[in-house]
Amino acid sequence: MNSVMNDMSSTHGFDIASLDRDRRDLDLASEEITLEVKDLNLYYGEKQALNTINMVIPKHRVTAYIGPSGCGKSTLLRCFNRMNDLVDGVRIEGAITLDGKNIYDPATNVADLRRRVGMVFQKPNPFPKSIYENVAYGLRIQGVKHRRVLDEVVEKALRGAALWDEVKDRLQDNALGLSGGQQQRLVIARAIAIEPEVLLLDEPASALDPISTLKIEELIYGLKSQFTIVIVTHNMQQAARVSDYTAFMYMGELIEFGDTDVLFTNPSKKQTEDYITGRYG
Amino acid sequence: MLKNTKTWFRSGDPWIWLNAGALSISIVMVTGLLILIAARGFGHFWPKPIIEADYVENDGGVIRLVGEIHDEETVPVDRLHGTGIELPAGATHFKRYLVKTGNRDVGGLDFRWVFAHRMQAPREPEALMALERREWGNFYGYLRSIREDGRVVAEGEAAWEALQARLERSEALFREIRRIERGEIGSINYGLERLRLAERKQELAGSVNPKVQADIAEERQRLEATYQGLQAKLAGLYEAINRDSLTAEVMNGRMVEIPLAKVVRAYRPNAMGPFAKVGFYGEKLWEFVSDDPREANTEGGIFPAIFGTVMMVILMSVIVTPFGVLAAVYLREYAKQGPMTRLIRIAVNNLAGVPSIVYGVFGLGFFVYFLGGNIDQLFFPEAAPAPTFGTPGIMWASLTLALLTLPVVIVATEEGLARIPRAIREGSLALGATKLETLWRTVLPMASPAMMTGLILAVARAAGEVAPLMLVGVVKLAPSLPLDDNAPFLHLDRKFMHLGFHIYDVGFQSPNVEAARPLVYATALLLVLVIIALNLAAIAIRNHLREKYRALEH
Repeated sequence: MNSVMNDMSSTHGFDIASLDRDRRDLDLASEEITLEVKDLNLYYGEKQALNTINMVIPKHRVTAYIGPSGCGKSTLLRCFNRMNDLVDGVRIEGAITLDGKNIYDPATNVADLRRRVGMVFQKPNPFPKSIYENVAYGLRIQGVKHRRVLDEVVEKALRGAALWDEVKDRLQDNALGLSGGQQQRLVIARAIAIEPEVLLLDEPASALDPISTLKIEELIYGLKSQFTIVIVTHNMQQAARVSDYTAFMYMGELIEFGDTDVLFTNPSKKQTEDYITGRYG
Repeated sequence: MLKNTKTWFRSGDPWIWLNAGALSISIVMVTGLLILIAARGFGHFWPKPIIEADYVENDGGVIRLVGEIHDEETVPVDRLHGTGIELPAGATHFKRYLVKTGNRDVGGLDFRWVFAHRMQAPREPEALMALERREWGNFYGYLRSIREDGRVVAEGEAAWEALQARLERSEALFREIRRIERGEIGSINYGLERLRLAERKQELAGSVNPKVQADIAEERQRLEATYQGLQAKLAGLYEAINRDSLTAEVMNGRMVEIPLAKVVRAYRPNAMGPFAKVGFYGEKLWEFVSDDPREANTEGGIFPAIFGTVMMVILMSVIVTPFGVLAAVYLREYAKQGPMTRLIRIAVNNLAGVPSIVYGVFGLGFFVYFLGGNIDQLFFPEAAPAPTFGTPGIMWASLTLALLTLPVVIVATEEGLARIPRAIREGSLALGATKLETLWRTVLPMASPAMMTGLILAVARAAGEVAPLMLVGVVKLAPSLPLDDNAPFLHLDRKFMHLGFHIYDVGFQSPNVEAARPLVYATALLLVLVIIALNLAAIAIRNHLREKYRALEH
């Protein structure tokens, strides 16, 4: 981390224009909204981990969270599909709406919600099953048994995750035989096979080598036409490369949120500027 | 010097030696044990030479001694003072032999201790014959003649040839008789008993249906007719098998007549070459593992005991695995972790330390008398006063052992569940699976090797357990196996034989200790082999599962 930071501070951040990306003029106000966070507070027992978060996630855009370790960005991400429900002693106040409906409403079917909001974790976590069964897992849960439907969806998802050409001849092999990068693309394929509306990515490339990281980033870029993508990352260059909007969090609070270009080139808050220029992290 | 010792201690060498020593001692003990029981047990089946010697008795008379030398020991002279036995002066130790003289029907005893120094001119005549009989133990003597319906048909060396052929015939007849008696007549008896119960059931219900009554009567008549037919056939077979007999001379010169129907096999060990001996050995060994016991379990095989042991262990596994797994899943996955679950865990762990006989007492009191008694009252009133399930049987034995091994399975499964990486569970939940679906599709298959580990430990413990079984279903001799060709094939109410109990019974309850002793070792070795085989099977399954569900390196 430090070496990256030093590198960046020496060049004063980095020149966002040099990154190869087609930028459009983005305007948050005119975006269609998928998720909206309203006055969200989260406590682990007595300790408050998220403090009055308010923000929106625009549809079919890539939204990135950056911030130092322990700032709550992963915690917030896990609120979007209620993964925090699994942790003992978590208390959540406020609301998150998905297409206008509060997902923390007691009437919400959590399994249903997680079908609509998929998630990819920091470390690849394929099941100890064949590649095919990994991708078909979500469909089988939904009761799909028709072989042809499954075949089609598996192929489509693997193509979508840019893995098809590498594994098409060994779909029945154990998924644990794949390399780390392939495994991560496999779990992305697994997530997109059930066609969620939102795809949450929790530091998807942090355990991967640079080439695999690049592939994942290309993939994210290609997927945003179909999915609303929310990504948590440690790596600021990565956030700058792949995201349309970026949120900077610090100590459980949302410090700044806006167009990625603006946030990296012209941050409005001192803390944001300090962070992206590497004064702390 | 002191400094040297100090550095030596510091180097860690003594520690390594201590560890290696402990391991070596363990290995030596285990292999030593196995070698001991293997040598003692399997040596028994090797044909021993039959010795003939002139033996000087205490009163000075000389007799002819014929028999197999089974054991020898050296006795200090002090132990023999005052026994009235005259001993040559000067010697401090005497060697004596345990000789199996057989012929229990002739001499009363079939083993005796003799002094080596009083045996004169020991020899091994080739003509000496050993007979294995269906009763009265082994016979040793000289074959003189073969008779058919009382007439002598062969004498001298020709008699030996004739004996072999005729033995084959009588053996075939014997097998046929046994098949009819055990199999066909057994089925008829079983059918008749069922008819009686059906009739009695109607009577108890108070609704006598004449049509059913007639059906029963007709069926009974049919069975009776078949039985009569079989009886006639049996009478013919008995007459045929009793046709031949042999005459032989025993060691005191008397002539003894033995019907061939009573002879299992005849052999002349002194005349056997090495290959013949190996063949004989294989035959005996096969008989031991595949045949029924004879003569209060001191002869013949132990097949029913092997079968009972394996069957009981399999039934136990079938009961304990689902129970233990369900309990462990609740304890680990659903129960709220707190003082209560901790208490339950402590209780479960302590159950593993309860002496097994306590489980036997519980099984007898709860399963046999309470559960079995109530089942009889509710479902088998027609059989009363004879108990059906209200008596020890293989089902209660399996249940009792399942209870005994339940803690092992619970603990192992719980550990397996705890080892499944959190990431895998979250991965499944994030795809919209419910907790149940996650458990069923991902977590339980991945924990299956741990369940198998629990089962392996359970099998190892259950197969070697004897004490509780004596109370809940094991018997010295079971007339029929718990699995046979009479519907419903699996008879869970039956009593069964067990290798562990067989060892105890043959070793300590046998009327003929000397004859039974080698069988104790052979049975012990077989029990060890059965447990190893059951364990290897379970380990093979576990390794297969492990390979299939090997988890991520987290």
